[in-house]
Amino acid sequence: MSLAASLMNGLNLGAIYGLIALGYTMVYGIAKMLNFAHGDIIMTGALTIVISVHRFGVSPWLSILLSIGVCVSLGVLIEKIAYKPLRKASSLSVLITAIGVSFLLQNTAQLLFGSSLRSFPKAFQVPSYIIGGFELKGDRLLTILITAMLMVGLVWIVYRSKIGLAMRAVAQDRDTAELMGIDANRVISITFAIGSALAAVAGLFYGIAYGFIGPYSGSMPGIKAFTAAVLGGIGSVPGAIVGGVLLGLIESLAKTYLSSELSDAIVFAVLIGILLLKPTGLMGQEIREKV
Amino acid sequence: MLRFSKQMKRWFAWILLPGIYIVVLLLLQEKLLSRHTQSLLVPLCMNIILALSLNIVVGMLGELSLGHAGFMSIGAYAGSLFSLQTQEYLPTLLRYPLAILLGALVAGFFAGVLSVPVFRLKGDYLAIVTLAFGEIVRSLIINFAWTGGAAGLKGTPRDTTFTTAYLLTVFVWLLSQKIYHSRLGLEMRAVRDNAIAAEACGIDVINRKRAGFILAAAIAGSAGVLYSHYYTILTAGVFDYNRSIEILVMVVLGGMGSMIGSVISAMTLTIAPEALRFLNDYRMLIYSLLLITAMIGRQSRIFGQLQQRLKEVKRPHGAIE
Repeated sequence: MSLAASLMNGLNLGAIYGLIALGYTMVYGIAKMLNFAHGDIIMTGALTIVISVHRFGVSPWLSILLSIGVCVSLGVLIEKIAYKPLRKASSLSVLITAIGVSFLLQNTAQLLFGSSLRSFPKAFQVPSYIIGGFELKGDRLLTILITAMLMVGLVWIVYRSKIGLAMRAVAQDRDTAELMGIDANRVISITFAIGSALAAVAGLFYGIAYGFIGPYSGSMPGIKAFTAAVLGGIGSVPGAIVGGVLLGLIESLAKTYLSSELSDAIVFAVLIGILLLKPTGLMGQEIREKV
Repeated sequence: MLRFSKQMKRWFAWILLPGIYIVVLLLLQEKLLSRHTQSLLVPLCMNIILALSLNIVVGMLGELSLGHAGFMSIGAYAGSLFSLQTQEYLPTLLRYPLAILLGALVAGFFAGVLSVPVFRLKGDYLAIVTLAFGEIVRSLIINFAWTGGAAGLKGTPRDTTFTTAYLLTVFVWLLSQKIYHSRLGLEMRAVRDNAIAAEACGIDVINRKRAGFILAAAIAGSAGVLYSHYYTILTAGVFDYNRSIEILVMVVLGGMGSMIGSVISAMTLTIAPEALRFLNDYRMLIYSLLLITAMIGRQSRIFGQLQQRLKEVKRPHGAIE
């Protein structure tokens, strides 16, 4: 594979990781928890598209809306049922619950739809263009463009809109934000909804890029996107985007030039490397602990 | 609540631990155990060891390690490779304990390397790093030639018997009892309950976390040697994320921090899936529900009141809460 094609793949992968990482980083920033089940929301979204198109004959474009709807309701529901009762619990309890939820989603999907990989609908494939001898894959390009637009939109929401202001306030200090009349529970719900919607879109792009989806397809991109969020600085919205793109490029270049089998190991080595060198990530802020 | 005096506890250990062994041995000799039950004895010991070791991290330290199966596999491969190399010149009686020791040391060494970056951070990083570590180990083992690759490592001598597995289990049980009541254990529990207060008392928080983590990984490594010398065939796929979670479920259900709880739930979760085979498809689903309800239950009011009651009952004995 040429360098240009590898970079293109990396950007495509990076866009997907960035979308997922945004969900991690927002939830981490606002609810102060690591939502382990986030990766499985992606799987749920992609599987919703596969099942609705192949089994129920829903039109592909409608299935995207359906998938976003399913993911958003699932994300909000999980938060209400599993995480909300644990607001005052230790982070260990919250983390174990999140792992439980992640397992629950995976195994429910497996029981309902079997453990085999299902092929993703071909309807989303976009024709490729050949410019100057270089094949520009249409779906890659579209993924990158739409992701860029979504990210701009999200940055606008977080930094310019009223709900974004509330989000940043809750992230800084939940108690004080509540004293200012912000309904923290509502803000957290909205954060989960936005994160899950982005995860649904990421699921769509992931399905297009890989072509197959199974009940365990979400965990690997989930963990990698978390790595991306840490790389960019967890809690930082621009950081998640930058981290996602960087990680996608690293993975793609490692696949092309080093070893395709070891690319996963290289990505995780990056995570350990960052934690060693710059634990706050590229754009993260050091949080001082108050006693 | 039932409370044993120190004297009673000592008697309990000296009588019960050899007692169980003799009973099982007699049952084996009289062929009263079915082949199926026999095949469960060593896995039972292995799971108890794994649960007890993870309990050091989750229960005593209050940290979460999701790569326990990874440390187990490192120990398993280290022990197996050693045994395969030295099979010809070392007698079993010397080689096998050395393999176990080596497995523990190598797993502990990797944990030590990993613990350098991880514990400089606060929060949930250990969980994700250990998870990533487990995946790295798995993909490296599959890709190296000297580990047998994806086909697996074959030909490890079958040295693990019920006796050796039981001995190691008893050793790990006594060790974790010792640690729990030692200065190290006390300091680890102080770190778990309030790291800032512990630091203010002069406890080296990072150091204690590292110590607990390395110890747990080393014990998991020795369980891995037990495993590889029992099944004789090793494949990396066995030590996946699901395995780590299974061990975590054992610790959580036993009550994090409770050693006897870990032992009981490890036994239950080894035997129950065999007894309830028709539920096999739902096993992981049930585990996940158990994890969630256990955590939310701990937090809910009913359970909280119950705990309060227990505390009130305990207090007259002179315990300071």
